[in-house]
Amino acid sequence: MSRQSNRTTDNKKMNSELFTLTYGALVTQLCKDYENDEEVNKQLDKMGYNIGVRLIEDFLARSSVGRCQDFRETADVIAKVAFKMYLGITPSVTNWSPAGDEFSLILESNPLVDFVELPDNHNTLIYSNLLCGVLRGALEMVQMAVDVRFAQDTLRGDNVTEIRMKFIKRIEENLPAGDE
Amino acid sequence: MADEALFQFLHNELLQYVNNTEGGENENGRCVSKLENMGFRVGQGLIERFTKETARFKDELDVMKFICKDFWTCVFKKQIDNLRTNHQGIYVLQDNKFRLLSQLSAGKQYLEHAPKYLAFTCGLVRGGLYNLGVKSIVTAEVSVMPACKFQVMIQKM
Repeated sequence: MSRQSNRTTDNKKMNSELFTLTYGALVTQLCKDYENDEEVNKQLDKMGYNIGVRLIEDFLARSSVGRCQDFRETADVIAKVAFKMYLGITPSVTNWSPAGDEFSLILESNPLVDFVELPDNHNTLIYSNLLCGVLRGALEMVQMAVDVRFAQDTLRGDNVTEIRMKFIKRIEENLPAGDE
Repeated sequence: MADEALFQFLHNELLQYVNNTEGGENENGRCVSKLENMGFRVGQGLIERFTKETARFKDELDVMKFICKDFWTCVFKKQIDNLRTNHQGIYVLQDNKFRLLSQLSAGKQYLEHAPKYLAFTCGLVRGGLYNLGVKSIVTAEVSVMPACKFQVMIQKM
């Protein structure tokens, strides 16, 4: 058949486009269902969280990454292994706070927004907010409470996309009462 | 890259969300049509990107074969196992191990929820066909998980 050419090379890209487009359909639906952007942002974060708490297992199984010694190592694993594995990009880790509990992930490109333009009436929408939820959920499952938010977004005219992550605390594992 | 896992996670959240907002026991129908519509949009976009460099299709059957082989492989990592047609505009696509059902227990327990897991894909196929100039109605049925059949009824334009 004539159209079998260069199919395999395309497949990978197609699959990430499936994700990108599906995500787009989801955000569109949310914008229809909710009156304001705040609600949509919140919902995206919540869904991301749900994905994150499941994704972490998949991640640990696939990557066979061990326990991180400190937050810096965590940052590196997120940027170089996790982002690479799931989104095919490697953000750079920068802007460490002096205390070493806060850093930024700089995304040169963001596959989630490949086909996206924000209309004027959605200027407070944080389109990729799902990512924040995913990071928060995944880290919570490895006993780390973090605060994740978008500091810059190319969709809103910034030069790069910046995700700011702040370490809050270690989550102590509490045994359920009466469980020795 | 492991992004097919990502798609599955997202698809699950999509279901969960639509299920929650449309809520209620008897709202299965609305749930399905909402998911179907989302799939339709995605299918439209995807097929445009996908067929960019391919040759023109000979006929309807050629289009269906493309959906069963290339399209399915790209989205679900396998081909459709069986394609049947009555040569009068009805096609039945059978997938013996449908990816989005593979996470569900194979017993009868969740059979009633199966339509929701297929709705997005029905839309995906309908949207893809639509942008290739084939108007259709796509429905799905499951008798034994994780196998399922998609029925495509071509609507003459």
